[in-house]
Amino acid sequence: MEARAIVVTSGKGGVGKTTTTANVGAALAKLGEKVAVVDVDVGLRNLDVVMGLESRVVFDLVDVLEGRVELRKALVRDKRVDGLYLLPASQTKDKESLDPEVFRDIISQLLEEGGFDRILIDSPAGIERGFRTASAPAEGALVVVNPEVSSVRDADRIIGMLEAGDVNENFLVINRLRPDMVRRGDMLAVDDVVEILGLKPIGIIPEDEQILVSTNMGEPVVLKQDSLSARALMDTARRIHGEDIPFPPLEDRRGFFSALRRLLGGGS
Amino acid sequence: MWWRRKRSKEKARERLKLVLAYDRARLSPGKIENLKADLLEVLRRYFPTDDGAVEVRVEERGENTVLVAEIPVHP
Repeated sequence: MEARAIVVTSGKGGVGKTTTTANVGAALAKLGEKVAVVDVDVGLRNLDVVMGLESRVVFDLVDVLEGRVELRKALVRDKRVDGLYLLPASQTKDKESLDPEVFRDIISQLLEEGGFDRILIDSPAGIERGFRTASAPAEGALVVVNPEVSSVRDADRIIGMLEAGDVNENFLVINRLRPDMVRRGDMLAVDDVVEILGLKPIGIIPEDEQILVSTNMGEPVVLKQDSLSARALMDTARRIHGEDIPFPPLEDRRGFFSALRRLLGGGS
Repeated sequence: MWWRRKRSKEKARERLKLVLAYDRARLSPGKIENLKADLLEVLRRYFPTDDGAVEVRVEERGENTVLVAEIPVHP
């Protein structure tokens, strides 16, 4: 992606925005980018715990916005990977304290003076002020969507609002896909979601219990494990980074039928 | 059993396409129902209509959202 400031958004809550932000951010840093992940969910911050950096948070975004502390002092450096920084949201202030214009200044400071290659902005759920603030400085978006009717409907609404707000380099991250359910026709497939929403996917992440394990541990999966979701998230970051990575077949690679198909020389 | 029911994914697709057509047009399905009632009233002034056979809906055609009314005319 050309966009350096990317908002991670979904409309609906609970679809995996924060996990996507944490992992794609960590993966981009592993690829050599200097990355800041920014939590805009004021009052309900979570990116710090998902990344396992909660004990090191001293200042937050609102402290910066209100001029109490310098921007660089509020950044928490992730010691596990070079070039990864977190700007935490405030847990105490309410969402209304975030002004889109002031937030835009913060992000351009990070890009111009902070020397960051990429900023991932974790947007709050909903379409209100918090979302508008989060998307104000963005040039592109990752729209996280689950293959499920309410999530797709909300994603459609968000895509319309992004375009209206002149955020144009937008891609889908289709999260929590269950290949077994898709195969038996009980879950929308990637093609269905792509056709209905009219956006290309940049990430297709299978449902994986390792995500919960990694959140329990405070360790983004891409930093630790070699699970299906870790690989899919790493691939997502590579595509954002500019590599041409095809989407691997979704079926469980250890499954009997896919093994049989490979034996018989069939494609995906 | 799979042969006895429609795949739930197909149902999800149909419902999503319908609801997004209304969302994108910023119309509520209830408003279309009211429009249909008004339309029937007007139609009845001109020829006998079978209320149950009249269909009014919003459809997506490429880039455009169109309002479609199907009114069977009995000779």
